[in-house]
Amino acid sequence: MNNLNIKQAKEGLKNKKFSSVELTKACLGRIKKVDSKLNAFVTLTETKALEQAKLSDKAIKEGVELPLLGIPIAIKDNFSTKGIRTTASSIVLDDYIPPFDATVVEKLKSAGMVLLGKTNMDAWAHGSSTETSDYGASKNPWDIKRLPGGSSGGSAAAVAADETVAAIGSETAGSIRQPASWCGVVGLKPTYGRVSRYGVVAMGSSLDSPGPITKTVEDSAFILDILAGMDEFDATTSPNPKGKYLQNLNKDIKGVRVGISDQYFIKGIDKEVEKVVKTAIKDLEGMGAKIENINLFDPKYAIDVYTIIQRSEVSSNLARYDGIRYGFGRERFAEEAKRRIMFGTYALSSGYYDQYYNKAQQVRTEIVKDFEKAFNKVDVIIAPTSPSLALPLGATKDAAMFGEIADVLVEPSSIAGLAGINIPVGFSNLGLPVGMQIIGPQFSEALVLNVANMYELNTKNALWRSKKPNL
Amino acid sequence: MKYTPIIGLEVHVELKTNSKMFCPCSADYFGQKPNTHTCPVCLGLPGALPYPNKKAVEWCVQIGLSLNCDIPLFSKFDRKNYFYPDLPKGYQISQYDKPFCINGHVILSTGKKIGITRVHMEEDTGKLIHETVNGKKASLIDFNRSGVPLVEIVTEPDFETAEEVKEYLQKLQQIVRYLGVSNADMEKGNMRLEPNISLKKQGQKGLPSYKVEVKNINSFSFVGKAIDYEIKRQEEILDSGKVPLQETRGFVEKTSSTASQRVKEEASDYRYFPEPDIPPIRWTNEKINGLKREIPELPDAKKTRFQKQFRIAEYDSEILTTDKNTADYFEEAVKAGKILSLTPKQIANYIINKKTDIESLLPAKLVEEIKNANTTVSVDDKTLNETIDKVLTENPKAVEDYKKGKQTAIMFLLGAVMRSLKVKADAEKIKAVLTAKLK
Repeated sequence: MNNLNIKQAKEGLKNKKFSSVELTKACLGRIKKVDSKLNAFVTLTETKALEQAKLSDKAIKEGVELPLLGIPIAIKDNFSTKGIRTTASSIVLDDYIPPFDATVVEKLKSAGMVLLGKTNMDAWAHGSSTETSDYGASKNPWDIKRLPGGSSGGSAAAVAADETVAAIGSETAGSIRQPASWCGVVGLKPTYGRVSRYGVVAMGSSLDSPGPITKTVEDSAFILDILAGMDEFDATTSPNPKGKYLQNLNKDIKGVRVGISDQYFIKGIDKEVEKVVKTAIKDLEGMGAKIENINLFDPKYAIDVYTIIQRSEVSSNLARYDGIRYGFGRERFAEEAKRRIMFGTYALSSGYYDQYYNKAQQVRTEIVKDFEKAFNKVDVIIAPTSPSLALPLGATKDAAMFGEIADVLVEPSSIAGLAGINIPVGFSNLGLPVGMQIIGPQFSEALVLNVANMYELNTKNALWRSKKPNL
Repeated sequence: MKYTPIIGLEVHVELKTNSKMFCPCSADYFGQKPNTHTCPVCLGLPGALPYPNKKAVEWCVQIGLSLNCDIPLFSKFDRKNYFYPDLPKGYQISQYDKPFCINGHVILSTGKKIGITRVHMEEDTGKLIHETVNGKKASLIDFNRSGVPLVEIVTEPDFETAEEVKEYLQKLQQIVRYLGVSNADMEKGNMRLEPNISLKKQGQKGLPSYKVEVKNINSFSFVGKAIDYEIKRQEEILDSGKVPLQETRGFVEKTSSTASQRVKEEASDYRYFPEPDIPPIRWTNEKINGLKREIPELPDAKKTRFQKQFRIAEYDSEILTTDKNTADYFEEAVKAGKILSLTPKQIANYIINKKTDIESLLPAKLVEEIKNANTTVSVDDKTLNETIDKVLTENPKAVEDYKKGKQTAIMFLLGAVMRSLKVKADAEKIKAVLTAKLK
């Protein structure tokens, strides 16, 4: 039962095939069975989840209809959850219990979700592996000697391993798409400002974008319908009207112009990744999409821009953990956070601001323009999500810039605040998932989800789709 | 004097908006139980975000407009990063290079123009309280004030005397009160003053190489004292051939002097950068003009108008326009007084001399009172004669004094008669009868 997606779980609940308590127990049972291997969860809220499931069953009986009523969901540990420990996987916040819910959490609660627990991540979302978590790295369900990616690695692993029906992650640059890619699940990074950041422990404030990690594209559209929209508590949310994402799926993609840029098949890219993604592009062409070669800036420029802006914001965002209010001192920050604080503080220092932060913002504007130019010619851009397959545990050791380099293919679109999605498109010979990203202009989630969904439908019966992690 | 004082001023004005600058908490923190006006935003809890208070932003712009500032169409908030226990986020949301208002001025009564460099918006900090708790010395933090909207008004170094500074401050206080955007109550810390003072040799070009900032001043008169003290102190140092240190000093009330707090070699590095949580603010000319139209008539304009329209003396006009309520009260009384044929001058004199309590007496009642005070009641001759005779018998000493030639004694007797009559009788007539009787 735990391997159901949202749509299937909703149907089952509606047709009284099973109860929310049974479904929740199935997920909790799976977690008990496999999470000692995966370490996808930092905090499990078993008692609360079962209570909520019971309430949901009662509500279902009474005829209450809510989008997520009785559906188990896991949430990344950087989302503030009222009364539930929220650590962002850092022991600086080891016993921090927030008095308020993030807007995303509030919306999911109003939609009736059953919260299973909080998922592991890179501490403060600093990384692309979960190896910087103070609670130990999560493992990739497809090969527990490998990393799930990050920072939303716990959420991606939990979905891939069927520990939950769906999960929530957040992306600054890659933190949803890259772990989704390495774990073989769907991960949607909405446009910056589409989903409220209120209550999400801030990393790179001008980049952070919460979004769903799910088993199907349809489920991502379904969750985005719940999460999207303006929030009076987040001044950076957009007044741009939200789409009807689920309703908009299943539109013919004949004639949709898909841009492919050689610059995104970078030197050193895993040959299997390249091959599988190119096959998927062929599939899309077969479905009537018009494939066009376009020129984009080399994504390597985004690394510097992203590094400077994100670390500058980090140095300021982490200043509040000064040892006065949260019980633990700054000595609890681990290496990566300290490195970022130092780097950002330096970049913002008087005399260096123009040289670094200002310059980075100027280049950022150029990257935005580069995409605008591209989107005059094509509707979406498709590329591999990660240049590599899931890497072995320990890969981040002595690699201070690991995340920035692993995320090179998602950084440009994150910097430009665009909409993007990772979808699984096959496996390597070793049985590791390969992910492909579809990038669209700002607020083009409906388009991006539709293209992704059409691919998913079209490959529904592909042999590789029947594969499940062996845990 | 061998030196010219160069004085600039930074003033923080706390706005009296209902809610705080970036959250829905009540901004009315004064005298409240500590940490009761707080929420995740003003406590800076992980993930909480600021949401700017539109009213506060508009009021800041109106203060700028009232100080003759330009309002750039593009503005933004910035983060000012520094550590202090009363600063829950580790940074203060302020404005750095794109403040809401720039290039304004205020004209003093001497005609001298004081330049306003900028007027910007920021948030207040919490408050540290040092106490003994369970026998141990402890520093406590009250976050009720955290996030209360503050407007900072910075002048050019255009002042030369404490008197100029005090006049400017009075004007500023009057303006924000007229706008109704702050109580500007010094005792409650609604207005905080930081003068910076240096001296330059007569004829010296450019600004002096140092600057002394004085903090912790909570009254206009203390600003004057601090400035006078600093001028004297710096004069002595310069006379001895040395240059005063660039530093921040605190005002010491007890001794009316200043004492060094910390020496500033360079400007602190606050690592300002644009606040990513708040999108930049883009104004339109229509919006600014709309805010301009909402500004009430300001003290200087009102004073001039009163003089012209009501033909009252400059001095009277100034007193009547000191605060907006008195001015409005006066205008209403003038309107009401017209029917009773009272002149604005009569009303002005009455309000000023009798120090009318404008809170308790309605303008319509006031004009009646003035009218009565000016109308005499005729008293019949019999009553008058009897009363005068009685007063004369009761005050033999005054009668004797008058007869000896002390003319003023008659005024004493006149007063006694008026009091006995208990009505407003024609004093001239009584005086005539009295004089006749005393002959």
